[in-house]
Amino acid sequence: MDPKRMRKLGELLDSSESTPLSPFPDEVLEAVLSLVKSHKDRSSVSLVCKDWYNAERYTRSHVFIGNCYSVSPDIVGWRFPRIRSVTLKGKPRFSDFNLVPENWGADVHHWLVVFSRVYPFLEELRLKRMTVTDESLELLANSFPNFKALSLLSCDGFSTNGLAAIASHCKNLTELDIQENGMEDKGGGWLSCFPEDFKSLEVLNFASLHSNRLLLRAPQLTELGTGNFQQELTMHQFADLQFAFSKCKNLQSLSGLWEALFLYLPAIYPACGSLTFLNLSCATLESDELAMLLSYCPNLRRLWVLDTVKDKGLEGVGSTCPLLEELRVFPEDPQDLDINHGVTESGLISVSRGCRKLIYVLYFCRKMTNAAVATVVQNCPDFTHFRLCIMNPGQPDYLTNEPFDEAFGAVVKTCSKLQRLSVSGLLTDLTFEYIGKYAKNLEILSVAFAGSSDWGMECVLGGCPKLRKLEIRDCPFGNVALLSGLEKYESMRSLWMSACNVTLNGCKLLATKMPRLNVEKGCSSFCSHIVKMNICWFHIRHRKPLKDVGFGCDSNN
Amino acid sequence: MESSVLYEGDLNLKATELRLGLPGTAEPEKQNPVTGRTNKRSSPGDDHKGSKGDSDAKNCDCQNPPAAKAQVVGWPPVRSFRKNSFLPKKTEAETGMFVKVSMDGAPYLRKIDLKIYKGYSELLKALENMFKLTIGVYSEREGYKGSEYAPTYEDKDGDWMLVGDVPWDMFITSCKRLRIMKGSEAKGLTCGA
Repeated sequence: MDPKRMRKLGELLDSSESTPLSPFPDEVLEAVLSLVKSHKDRSSVSLVCKDWYNAERYTRSHVFIGNCYSVSPDIVGWRFPRIRSVTLKGKPRFSDFNLVPENWGADVHHWLVVFSRVYPFLEELRLKRMTVTDESLELLANSFPNFKALSLLSCDGFSTNGLAAIASHCKNLTELDIQENGMEDKGGGWLSCFPEDFKSLEVLNFASLHSNRLLLRAPQLTELGTGNFQQELTMHQFADLQFAFSKCKNLQSLSGLWEALFLYLPAIYPACGSLTFLNLSCATLESDELAMLLSYCPNLRRLWVLDTVKDKGLEGVGSTCPLLEELRVFPEDPQDLDINHGVTESGLISVSRGCRKLIYVLYFCRKMTNAAVATVVQNCPDFTHFRLCIMNPGQPDYLTNEPFDEAFGAVVKTCSKLQRLSVSGLLTDLTFEYIGKYAKNLEILSVAFAGSSDWGMECVLGGCPKLRKLEIRDCPFGNVALLSGLEKYESMRSLWMSACNVTLNGCKLLATKMPRLNVEKGCSSFCSHIVKMNICWFHIRHRKPLKDVGFGCDSNN
Repeated sequence: MESSVLYEGDLNLKATELRLGLPGTAEPEKQNPVTGRTNKRSSPGDDHKGSKGDSDAKNCDCQNPPAAKAQVVGWPPVRSFRKNSFLPKKTEAETGMFVKVSMDGAPYLRKIDLKIYKGYSELLKALENMFKLTIGVYSEREGYKGSEYAPTYEDKDGDWMLVGDVPWDMFITSCKRLRIMKGSEAKGLTCGA
């Protein structure tokens, strides 16, 4: 549903009373609307008229807040009284890479305090890039008796003590998904805080010790992410492990770190038949080890690996995983400068040849060519997510020494469904001309060490009709480019610019032209501009210390 | 050398260090996001146990920039939390956080995980519970005077040291195994001159 059309329709009619548009009793309207699941559709529905706005309010059970500063928890609680599930995202994505100062914010505690009051029946909470303390986890564990699912991704501030509280008090837990967080391991046996007989648990993703005991207790597991297996498993322990895995007939997703994975592979084979997602991004596997494991996983749709498997390992992927839809290859050692380590263009080509259903790729490499990328997208034209990271900033095509303009040109021209793109390597403004012109469905664009002038960014802001998030670092884009996007920013969720040519005056000018901007200051050289529903973050290099600058708006947290 | 590197960490030279990055941002450890795989497999085929000394140094010496070029903050874009989320402490499996504990006169050895203790007092309490004995209180001058038992450990150099002499962090990375000495041998152990 096009929200603009909906709104116009609503405006045509007098929206203050019940209208010809909604001649049904509220109960009918609510019954129908409760079937609408997509939050985008629900936003559109709420814009039609007052009756629909209210009906939508009362029937919404899941709220998605893409930016925790865009709205206060009290307003959420007031507007949506029947929420059972909340997704909250906090810091900008580049905080994952230490580009955001510590203690920037995005603390979930206040949200939980409000929710404990307004949503006593809350069942699910999914947090991404939020600060979560043990105190908050204890509050969570004690406030919601029906609580079922907790997911923490890339969060920080908590320790295993907080998880112990969850394990101890959440009797109805079906899902515990704790991944890639800045979690402090205080040891102790938080896992043993789970009840002896834990039939309800279906999803368990975490990184901690000794998961085999838990496996035995939770046979319904469909997702399991484990941590470190102790080096020296005795025969008895190995048999236990094998038995535990053999019980997991429903396992669809498996992830974890296995230091001596090769030795323990046979223990997990019994569980691999149903696997659709295998996350080996923490296991330093070689190509033959990977090949052996993959031979037991005929149903694999998503695979995450380390580049230790090399091109040869990826050839194996191409030949044994015809159903593969998603591949992520992470660098074992991102700081390693040797370009002969890790994977190259040839690995990616092999995968694209064998896995024609591939729609998602995240690929860290040290060598790439324009021709290879063009071949890859010809083989797999349905990419929705294409994230290529050539790890040496500004590196050209190693065969022709040219920029990668044509590579990414091929991507946007061929992959009409592309939603997310990350570019890298040596790139001129031409890349961005292509992107602006051809990437009609692009929503998220990440750019680093690229472009030649303001024109590049202007092309993107002037094209890409569906752009929601734009992240730029270390590019020669300045105030002219920044200010060219005023109209665009209205429909975007966030803009990040750091180490570019944007100056403080440019930001001030932006603030005056967009009066709903609120400014929040981090440290003296880091300004966050927060617009209702949007955030623009700027990291500006200052030569002088910044005095307290007020942009004339509230700075609310 | 590992121990001198460790010692640098104890002296907290971080405070005076020059580095790239945002003012007021994270510790150097975070700014050099080693993915946490301890780099022990940089040459495939190496026995990883053999290179654990290497990983030790890397784990402790977080201020060590690569030889060739200055690092770019936050690049490549690999989540810095990845290393935290799957390795509780990087040294755990490789450098013997699990150490054998023997007690003079006991028929078999035990094994404990040093990592789970926050300091000496917790460790000693655990040992006391495990072996049903009293070790008493450590003093720098007199060791465990008054106790029939003295907890000792073998360090990386092969020397037998009295538990408690060195800072805890240094202890747990250098301790290879523990031995609870009993009787006159124990009484003879004091610290320092």
